[in-house]
Amino acid sequence: MKKITPVLKVAPIIRNVKKQTIVISEKTLEKSRYINNYMSETASFFLFISRIIKATFSRDFEFREFFRQCFQIGYKSLPLISITGFIVGLVLTIQSRPTLVNFGAVSMLPGMVAVSLIREMGPVIIALICAGKIGSGMGAELGSMKVTEQIDAMEVSSANPMRFLVVTRVLAATLMIPLLVLYADLLGILGSWAGANIKGDVSFSLFFSQAFSQIKYIDFLPAFVKTILFGAVIGIVGCYKGFTAGRGTESVGIAANSAVVLSSLLVIVLDLIAAQITDMI
Amino acid sequence: MNESQIIEVKNLKKGFGLQKVINNVSLKLFKGENLVVLGKSGSGKSVLIKCIVRLLTPDEGEINVLGENMGSLNRDALGEMRKKIGFLFQSGALYDSMTVKENLEFPLRRMKMNLTSKETDRKIEEALENVGLSDALYKMPSQLSGGMRKRISLARTIVADPLIILYDEPTTGLDPATSDEISVLINDIQKKYKTSSMIITHDIECARATANRLIMLHEGEIYMEGDLEKFEKSPDPLIESFFKNNNNKIN
Ligand SMILES: Nc1ncnc2c1ncn2[C@@H]1O[C@H](COP(=O)(O)OP(=O)(O)OP(=O)(O)O)[C@@H](O)[C@H]1O
Ligand SMILES: [Mg+2]
Repeated sequence: MKKITPVLKVAPIIRNVKKQTIVISEKTLEKSRYINNYMSETASFFLFISRIIKATFSRDFEFREFFRQCFQIGYKSLPLISITGFIVGLVLTIQSRPTLVNFGAVSMLPGMVAVSLIREMGPVIIALICAGKIGSGMGAELGSMKVTEQIDAMEVSSANPMRFLVVTRVLAATLMIPLLVLYADLLGILGSWAGANIKGDVSFSLFFSQAFSQIKYIDFLPAFVKTILFGAVIGIVGCYKGFTAGRGTESVGIAANSAVVLSSLLVIVLDLIAAQITDMI
Repeated sequence: MNESQIIEVKNLKKGFGLQKVINNVSLKLFKGENLVVLGKSGSGKSVLIKCIVRLLTPDEGEINVLGENMGSLNRDALGEMRKKIGFLFQSGALYDSMTVKENLEFPLRRMKMNLTSKETDRKIEEALENVGLSDALYKMPSQLSGGMRKRISLARTIVADPLIILYDEPTTGLDPATSDEISVLINDIQKKYKTSSMIITHDIECARATANRLIMLHEGEIYMEGDLEKFEKSPDPLIESFFKNNNNKIN
């Protein structure tokens, strides 16, 4: 942010300098162009979000496409999310167990794993995986629709592609990603139980009741709100990158790739902000 | 406004970055006529008709369709206007994730003509029959050949009975026999539904079969305008290059 303000002020000066025919190095120009692009990109991203909001509250919600997307995003991601959730819980347990044994606090294991899964590991890891899987899928699909003029075709058949393609996908991601995270949390605790049983013997019901007794309202609620934001961000970025893809087939790859990069980055940044806010409460 | 004037393009200019594509084009499409637009590849023919339906925003100039200024329409009004216009994309632009039937249903449903599902089905059947592909109903676009896709997208263009049809190269990539059928179909639609059409084409046979009037675009401007006879007899080398080869064949 600090970088942007001075450049804005410098811009008119650069123009004056040009008039006096003092040569500006190509490097400086390149830099200013880069920052310019960056700012207009940011502006168009926020414009896109405002268009999504407007289209969401207009008439004629596309229910069929929405359910299709929920199925696509939710159900089709289940195997990947299951395996990830289970293994994260398992690894967390295996790795923290020796330390807890040293302190004689093995009984805290279920609660500790559950809290760290629900507060941080579950939301962030699953969101990053979804950024990879769902974000790139949306970027590529909408990008190729853009390149092959399918989005234009919707436009001229007086359908609103924003409503049909984007709103449905963003809402589906916003709904399904939090559900996927909850599901992964549960499987993580299951994985943790499996891990605890490698070197000990805990009954399933005891482990679960110990785990859940440690979870407080403040552990769960902010994390859940956070995952809703993650879902929205992944959907919006995926659609934005696809929708603004350029011409030619290489833009499809670029759209998919930059969707993953940007949504992963935003997920991490949001997580930081969320941690700060939860800390203040 | 003149009743018979369906589309009026006034001093249209459009470029991309530094590249100027359309410099200064003015043209009119009259009620019930087939206007053929000729021009070399890259001369901005597709850009021209995309400006007409406002898929692209003109840099300068004015476009009136059915007496309304396209540039000043709001979203809803633009949607209403687009219901009256059929647009055939050069690339076909079929929806990959939908079957042929869903592809044709898509415009019918969005245009809210309040059809029952029986009427919708009948319209789809009729459109597919017109392009000779009734049996492709449940195929996916990826299962179709290039020419079949072109014909399906033609069916999708005409399925909602538009008043105005803009064809972007309707016969490119088709065999001569199918091309002839498409030309006949274009004429049939014109007569049956009293449509007014702009037909962009390189295919001189198609131009000969369908044109009531022709326009030649060159370097972003209208190079020549007139009826078929004027074009056929023109000694201009550029026009000849379009018409000559085939004449020789005939002779
Ligand atoms: N969206 C766009 N962005 C940038 N340039 C474009 C865009 N659309 C078209 N052009 C450029 O405009 C020029 C004219 O393109 P257009 O597609 O209208 O040609 P055409 O006359 O339809 O040619 P063809 O007969 O090959 O289809 C081309 O040089 C093309 O690169
Ligand atoms: Mg073209």
